[in-house]
Amino acid sequence: MLRYILTRIGLVVPTFIGMTLLAFFLIRLVPGDPIETMAGERGIDAARHAALLKEYGLDRPVLVQYGIYIGRVLHGDLGKSMITQEPVLREFAALFPATIELALCAIVFALLLGIPAGIVAAVRRNSVFDHGVMGVSLTGYSMPIFWWGLLLILLFSVQLGWTPVSGRMAVKYFIEPVTGFLTIDALLSGEKGAFKSAVSHLVLPTIVLGTQPLAIIARMTRSAMLEVLGEDYIRTARAKGLSKFRVVALHALRNALIPVITVIGLQVGVLFTGAILTETIFSWPGVGKWLIEAINRRDYPVLQGGVLLLGLVVMTVNLLVDLTYGIINPRIRRAS
Amino acid sequence: MTSATTAVSSAAAAPRGPLRDFWGYFSANRGAVAGLVFVIAVLLMAAFADVLAPYPPDLTNSAVFLKPPAWQAGGSWAYPLGTDAIGRDILSRLIHGARLSLTIGIAVVALAIAVGIALGLIAGFLRGVVEIAIMRLMDIILTLPSLLLAIVIVAILGPGLMNAMLAVVVVVLPHYVRITRAAVITETSKDYVTAARASGATQWRLMFSEVLPNCAAPLIVQASLGVSTAILDAAALGFLGLGAQPPASEWGTMLADAREFVLRAWWVVTLPGLMILLTVLAFNLLGDGLRDALDPKLKR
Repeated sequence: MLRYILTRIGLVVPTFIGMTLLAFFLIRLVPGDPIETMAGERGIDAARHAALLKEYGLDRPVLVQYGIYIGRVLHGDLGKSMITQEPVLREFAALFPATIELALCAIVFALLLGIPAGIVAAVRRNSVFDHGVMGVSLTGYSMPIFWWGLLLILLFSVQLGWTPVSGRMAVKYFIEPVTGFLTIDALLSGEKGAFKSAVSHLVLPTIVLGTQPLAIIARMTRSAMLEVLGEDYIRTARAKGLSKFRVVALHALRNALIPVITVIGLQVGVLFTGAILTETIFSWPGVGKWLIEAINRRDYPVLQGGVLLLGLVVMTVNLLVDLTYGIINPRIRRAS
Repeated sequence: MTSATTAVSSAAAAPRGPLRDFWGYFSANRGAVAGLVFVIAVLLMAAFADVLAPYPPDLTNSAVFLKPPAWQAGGSWAYPLGTDAIGRDILSRLIHGARLSLTIGIAVVALAIAVGIALGLIAGFLRGVVEIAIMRLMDIILTLPSLLLAIVIVAILGPGLMNAMLAVVVVVLPHYVRITRAAVITETSKDYVTAARASGATQWRLMFSEVLPNCAAPLIVQASLGVSTAILDAAALGFLGLGAQPPASEWGTMLADAREFVLRAWWVVTLPGLMILLTVLAFNLLGDGLRDALDPKLKR
């Protein structure tokens, strides 16, 4: 087990170096002079140009530049935004809770619907319900979620007027940030209506972001259940006269969930990819929208730092998932 | 003696040819056939776009801004699916969009397969440091959220259809490399490869004539599923303003243009997305069907 953990952690180092290389060369691969590109149509005078060149270390040999960059990254210095002059790390930290709140709601939504749907579909194999679940899940998997978001806005916000179109909360509320999760902060503040406002803003983005994970989880749960239900020990349990519920819920589900947990872990990347699109559609003030704006404004330090930070988050979550997987799956735990 | 053996073998359930065998499994899957039919329809639409589309895709008509589809009040059959904000016929743009989306899907997959097979063969045959380097690089690509990486690449190269396609190639590449490498490693341990090697086949011959044809099935399946990923990712980039640039009638780009009209013209928003969804769904159905038909482990 210890060997498994160490090997897995050992894999993190080259991945981290690879990501820093990617982020490092990002700014240097931009065609033309990076400073002029960043300045864009605003233009830049020679003295400021030289100063910036020095500030970003672009006047030194590449290897030295990379060394300096790694040193800075390890000290938590990811540079400053060209536009706001704020440190990238601080901007990221301020916006990240919004993305996490949305991503957590989306994955909970996907799990609450996807796992039961997958189980029932497997137990009632080839029934109308099974075909329905598989059809809906294939559609969800094929869904361009940026379009799905627009459709939901069209139906629920424009036609029915049930949900707001964008943002995290109605403007009239001002909530002191404590956790950064507006739903929780709204509850803590005790302000009337604030929690309801936060939740109503969260509903559509949650559905949009949760759709693809939901489809994948439902499919995966179904196929894992089908495999387990065909095993001998399940037949034995049935032959002993255990109730169907007991066989499915206690005996089958525990083993079927092992591959499902891996799939849940893999959704982190899907969630961040989706968050970029979902946040853009719903003007959700998270890191996804922030990165797209950084591209549009040619704010390369933000893009560079943001990509590295998001990559690190995904890498860490993947590591944790793999380690959990090792703990719950005896075949891996005892292998070494 | 010989004639007797032939008689016996043909009498005992005449074995079907591999192609008929494949079609037998494939056609039993109704979803896969539906997917195939839709894919062929879109292919024809793309091929004959100039004939089928009532107008050129970029023709603007200042008399008909945001005209609703024919069946709605205010619509007319001159523009069956309505017009967009600068009076272009939506139907014509959707038909021409098929050309772009299919080109994107097929070109991306073709390039990813070519590069992926090359890297996968190298990794699988040479092993050692080369393999570690290639596979570690692929792991890094897989670690980053796919769209984020694609966005970064486009941010470096600049927005545009070609760069968006290149970005998607990089993002999907690891799947092909991994599949090829895994298949190569499985195949090279088999007897026929040892036999070929013993009879003096060169490394090249082993790679391309002996091993590669036997790795084809998983690659075909991945390719078919990959077209849908490529179309979806390229449309997402188009939607973010990083893919095909206006006035291109790429479906994702059309959606990006249409976003601000979501409140008053449902058709400019609904129809391009529906085309993306149906096309992606069709390729996914097709890919699932191919996998079921080609994977011997799943055969009944």
